[in-house]
Amino acid sequence: MATTVIPANRAPAPTPKVNYLNNGHTLKSWLLTTDHKRIAVLYLISVTTFFFLGGFFAMLIRLELLTPQGDLMQADTYNKVFTMHGMIMVFFFLIPVVPAVLGNFLVPLMIGAKDLAFPRINLLSWYLYIIGGILISHVMLTGGVDTGWTFYSPFSTEYTNTKIVEAGLAAFIAGFSSIFTGLNFIVTIHRMRAPGLTWSRLPLFIWANYATSIIMILGTPVIAITIVLVAVERLFHLGIFDPRLGGDPLLFQHLFWFYSHPAVYIMILPSMGVISELIACFSRKRIFGYKFVALSSIAIAVLGFLVWAHHMFVAGISLYAALIFSFLTFFIGVPSAVKVFNWTATLYKGSISYATPMLYAFGFVGLFTIGGLTGLFLATLGIDVHVTDTYFVVAHFHYVMVGGVLMGYLGGMHFWWPKISGRMYPEGWAKLSALLVFAGFNLTFFPQFILGYVGMPRRYWQYPPEFQVLNVLSTAGASILAVGYLLPMIYFLWSLRYGPIAEANPWHAAGLEWKTTSPPPTFNFDETPVVTWEAYNYDEIPDKELEAPVAR
Amino acid sequence: MEHAAHNPALLHHFADAQQQKNAASLGMWLFLVTEIMFFGGMFCAYLVYRLAHFNAFAAASQQLSIGMGAFNTAVLIISSVTVVLAVKAAEAGRRKVLVGYLVVTVLLGMTFLVVKGFEYREKFERHHVPGPTFNFTDKFDDNGKQIPVNPKEAELFFSLYFAMTGMHALHMIIGCGLFSGLAVLAWKGHYTPGYFTPIENAGLYWHLVDIIWIYLFPLLYLISRHS
Repeated sequence: MATTVIPANRAPAPTPKVNYLNNGHTLKSWLLTTDHKRIAVLYLISVTTFFFLGGFFAMLIRLELLTPQGDLMQADTYNKVFTMHGMIMVFFFLIPVVPAVLGNFLVPLMIGAKDLAFPRINLLSWYLYIIGGILISHVMLTGGVDTGWTFYSPFSTEYTNTKIVEAGLAAFIAGFSSIFTGLNFIVTIHRMRAPGLTWSRLPLFIWANYATSIIMILGTPVIAITIVLVAVERLFHLGIFDPRLGGDPLLFQHLFWFYSHPAVYIMILPSMGVISELIACFSRKRIFGYKFVALSSIAIAVLGFLVWAHHMFVAGISLYAALIFSFLTFFIGVPSAVKVFNWTATLYKGSISYATPMLYAFGFVGLFTIGGLTGLFLATLGIDVHVTDTYFVVAHFHYVMVGGVLMGYLGGMHFWWPKISGRMYPEGWAKLSALLVFAGFNLTFFPQFILGYVGMPRRYWQYPPEFQVLNVLSTAGASILAVGYLLPMIYFLWSLRYGPIAEANPWHAAGLEWKTTSPPPTFNFDETPVVTWEAYNYDEIPDKELEAPVAR
Repeated sequence: MEHAAHNPALLHHFADAQQQKNAASLGMWLFLVTEIMFFGGMFCAYLVYRLAHFNAFAAASQQLSIGMGAFNTAVLIISSVTVVLAVKAAEAGRRKVLVGYLVVTVLLGMTFLVVKGFEYREKFERHHVPGPTFNFTDKFDDNGKQIPVNPKEAELFFSLYFAMTGMHALHMIIGCGLFSGLAVLAWKGHYTPGYFTPIENAGLYWHLVDIIWIYLFPLLYLISRHS
């Protein structure tokens, strides 16, 4: 086998004429591609579309809540709007976003492979995502769903006359897209690593995606069969979750959260992987406690399956079960905290620079810490009873999902944009948008902690007038947040044409993905690399400022 | 690389045929894990409700035909043997034997489905299909002792019976389609002793579907009978 040893600090290679982007310009060459990088770009376009669709519904919610009365919409419409916001954001944005865009692009590059193990299944998973997306759009345009994204029985199985079965089918199909992505990643990471790339040399982004994939293949089938049972119950009037027929609605909640709680780790773990890469690169240090950070991802994946019933403390489960789930929920705080402490320890005596990706990484650490710590409030049985189904819960999971996932995703997009597009983004605008996102996010969601604590329930279209000040603050924050999210969209598109040409390794970062050209050739590496160094060997890589500028 | 270049089945992104085979096999095993989780949800529901409504589940379970269930179990076990023999034949490069075993496997699978169809027909005739026409009056065990049964709970048993065996039958239909396709490709000579991964992986799938039935049969037909 033809292999070559690439020195750790090799000078960047010149950009070749043919790369994955210009290797074929027809629509067919994109829609029938099996190149993981092109599929990542397809995902990038589609998840961005759904993000703005879900964001549109979020803005409708915030506008309605600007005043105490129902003046923009009434209860029925409001129920449908928050359901569509939840379904689109959870199933069509947060779950696929980091694995399917950044993971798809980077997993083979980071492990020195030519492609994922099953390129055609990878393409199939994008098509499944699109079919699910078309179905959910169809549901949205022809009546919607009003159960919330959680589909709780018996409302979903018995009473509502909205499009439950169609919406469930959309989530079912999107779920299989995620199963195939997870399966592909696990096989690729096991079987396709470059010679010399042992498990202890893998980038932490790979570890994070590996842990995510475990959850995807173990959890998603359970939600799939749960959706099937709900659909069968609605269509054929079986009594699986109907107490009048001997069924038990609590069983639905158990099965639903058995997937849907681990699903929040599907969302957050890949972003945590991104943050590990960013913090190591921009403090020019090997990550502190590499093995602990790597194994904490696996620990989160495993423990994540053992905490689901903390969503059901007020649903009538046994007190002893609640005690155990409360304890386990506290326990999963340990591996999460291991990550936060190790990132912080990495900064110590690091040579820190404040490029945009690092700003997002700082934002992530701050927001995730708040989101995680308020999760401990919710794990506490007494406080949970007080704040269940209030805006406190809404604020908590938005801090984790939006504050966490989106900060990691945007940080990663800025970091790897030169690799994906071959162009640099405008640094000034990017810094501005990072600050807008951080400020807008806190202004949107911090007031919601207070709202929830003083008793505003979630999922209502109107509220007593004394809650208005905090709601106005939240809506104002959401407007700033919207600008913060639109800006990157605009300047990334702008940079495709006008951005400076990117070098192979503009950040002087460690990692195999930087050792090929920007953008990479179709098969990633001209020769299969042989890895002889540890991950994050920043002590062997000269810093950007210390080296003579490379001619463009 | 020299050896690999001569193997037409080797895809470009794998270093050699062994890596490709290992990847495909690991992928199949992971897929089987997702299948177990998929059926696991229904097994979980079945066990929870069997504990909650034991008498009704026992009475309803007695209405299933052990004879047909046992016959189908035997058919599936034999089909697992023919799958193993098919893999052996592929390994030995005996094309016609391979095609023969694949066809026999499909026929056994169809036998299972036909018998299952007769079982379903019996359920329809006796109004044991959940829905508005559901009627459950057989409340006596084999000794003529009356069992107190809530018909709604018996209906739940049959709901789960149809959900679980129906999902299993769907997997059998997919398996029959899969093996028919493999038989055509094997007839055309796609598989050599150097490359028969699809036969092996389809065999893994078939074995898993068999094993699921091996669990369904005692859970649904057998464990509630104690005469």
